[in-house]
Amino acid sequence: MSQTTTAATMHTEDVSVWFGQRQVLDKVNLTFPSHQVTALIGPSGCGKSTFIRTLNRMHELIPGAGLAGSVFLDGGDIYGEDVDAVDVRINIGMVFQKPNPFPTMSIKENILSGLRLSGRKINGADEIVETSLRRASMWNEVKDRLNDQALSLSGGQQQRLCIARSLAMNPKVLLMDEPCSALDPGSTRRIEETIKELSSQMTIVIVTHNMQQAQRVSHQTAFFLADDNTPGGVVEFGPTEMVFKNPQDPRTNDYVNGHFG
Amino acid sequence: MNEISKTLAPQTRRKLKVKPTTTGDKVFSGVTSAAASIAFILVTLILIFLFIRAAPALQNQGIDFVFGSEWDPDGSGVMQIFPMIWGSIVIAALGVVFATPMAISTAYLIVFVMGKRASNIATTLVDLLAALPSVVLGLWGLWVFTPVGEGWGQILNQYFSWIPIFQVTDVAAGFRSSPFIAGWIVAIMIVPIITSVTREIFSQLDRDLIGGALALGGSKASIFRQIILPTCSRGITGGVLLGVGRALGETVAIFYVLDLSFEINWSKLLEPEGGAVASLILARFGEASSEEVSGLMAAGLVIFFITLIINFLANGIVARSKAGTR
Repeated sequence: MSQTTTAATMHTEDVSVWFGQRQVLDKVNLTFPSHQVTALIGPSGCGKSTFIRTLNRMHELIPGAGLAGSVFLDGGDIYGEDVDAVDVRINIGMVFQKPNPFPTMSIKENILSGLRLSGRKINGADEIVETSLRRASMWNEVKDRLNDQALSLSGGQQQRLCIARSLAMNPKVLLMDEPCSALDPGSTRRIEETIKELSSQMTIVIVTHNMQQAQRVSHQTAFFLADDNTPGGVVEFGPTEMVFKNPQDPRTNDYVNGHFG
Repeated sequence: MNEISKTLAPQTRRKLKVKPTTTGDKVFSGVTSAAASIAFILVTLILIFLFIRAAPALQNQGIDFVFGSEWDPDGSGVMQIFPMIWGSIVIAALGVVFATPMAISTAYLIVFVMGKRASNIATTLVDLLAALPSVVLGLWGLWVFTPVGEGWGQILNQYFSWIPIFQVTDVAAGFRSSPFIAGWIVAIMIVPIITSVTREIFSQLDRDLIGGALALGGSKASIFRQIILPTCSRGITGGVLLGVGRALGETVAIFYVLDLSFEINWSKLLEPEGGAVASLILARFGEASSEEVSGLMAAGLVIFFITLIINFLANGIVARSKAGTR
C-alpha cells in the first residue's frame, strides 16, 4: 500500500437540508481543494455538523432527513442515481466527536474493521495495520499490543485509532466532526499534528468549536451561522488568515473575536 | 499500636447512616420494607412447603427419583422423573432455537428500522403476547397450530429423515403431540421475553458505533453481524436464558399439545411422545394418591431448582453486559 493517496477536490452546489418540515441548511456552496484542510466554524445549531454529514451521505441515518443540491467528488455527484452510498463512504472517511472504537475488537481488528464491514478482500493485513497506525502517528505506542482490546487505550489514543481505522480504507477525503472536543489538551495537540501531516496526502474537512484550533490546522475556513428561526448557511468563506484577521462580514468579526457563540 | 495512638488522638466516628426522621419517611420506609420482604418470605415459605411435602417421596425413591425412568405410584410405588426432566430440556432447547431468531429480528426492527409510532405499536403487541394466558395458547396450539405443525413435521420427516432427530418409529402414528410442536408453542411464549431484553440491549447500544461502522462502508447486514451482534451478544444470551427459565416451567400449554410418556424420548423430535415436568404435575395431580402427590411435589422442587440456577446465570450475564453501551 502506498503512503500517498490521490487527494480529491470536493465541492458542494446549493446544498440544503431539511429535517422533516424544518429547513436547517440553506444553499451551501463550498469548495474543498485537495491537500488542504478546511475548517467549518460557527456557533452551536448553525448546521455545520449537519453539513459535514451530507459530504458522505451520513444524514441518511436520520429518519425524515431531506436534501437538495449536489456534492461533487472529483466532478462526480455523490448523490447520483447510480452511485452506491457504501462506495461514497469508502472514499470519504469520517472521524466522530467521541472516540468510537469497536469495543469487542482488538486494536488490529479495529484497523481492519472497515475492510471487513465493506466486504473488501484483505491482502497483507499486517502491512495495512502498520501503515495505517504510522499515518495516524501511533504505531510506536501500540505496536507491541496490537491484540489488546481497543478500549484499553486512552481517550486520545482511541481517537487516533479511529483516524487510523479510516485511513486503512485509503480515503480521498477525511471528514472530522469536532474530533478533539472530548480530549485533553495533550491529545488534542497530537491529533492536530496528525491532521497537518495527513493534509499532504488527502483533503480534510474539520468541524471545530475551537477557533485557535481552526487557525492552527486549517488553510481555509467557512463560517456558518443560523439566525433565529432561519436555516443555517455560510456567512463567510476564505483563507483562514483572512477570515480571522480581516473578516469581511461584521457577524464573522463578532464571532471570531468572541462577541457571541 | 501505642505509637500510633499517641500520635493520632482517638476520635469518635460519626454514624453516617441516614435514618428516616419525618413521619412520612418512616411510614414510607416501613411500607416499602414490608412489601419487599413479602416476596422473599413467600418464596421461602413455598420452598419449605415443597420440601415438607416432597420429603417422603425423596426419601423413598432416593437419587433414582431424578435419574430413573419409571412411574408406577399405584403398583410398585416407584416414581422416577428423568424422562420428564429430559423432555423439559428438549422442549426448552427447541423453543429457544425457534424463538431466538424471531426475537432478535423483532427487536432489530423495533429499535433500528421502525419509526417511533410503529415501534411503540410493535412493542405493545409483543408484550401483549406475553400477557396471553397459557391455557389460551395451549388450546390454540391444540386446535389451530397442531394441524399446521403436523404438516411441517411430515415435511421434515419426508425429506430429512436421514438426520436422526427427524426420524420416527411409526409414520402412520402421525406427527401430532410431539416435542417439535410443543417446542413451537413454548417458542411463542418466550419470544416476548427475549425480544424485550434484546430490545433494551439494542436501544442502549452506542449509536456512534453504528455511525462509525456506516462511515467505514458497512452495509446493514455487515453492521448487524460484525458490530451489533458481537457487542450485544452477552445481553442477548441473558435474555435467552431468561426464556429458558420460562420454558422449563411451562405447564398448561405443553400439557395440551404433548403426549407425556415415561419411555424416554432422547432425540426424536417428531415422535408423538415426550416429557415435561410441570405438565406431569398437572396431568397426574387430580387423581393422585398422597404418595404420588409427594412425588409430584418433589418433581416441582426439581424444576424449581433447575429454573433457579438458569435465572441466576441469566442475571449474572445480563449484569455483566455493559461493554459498548452508553
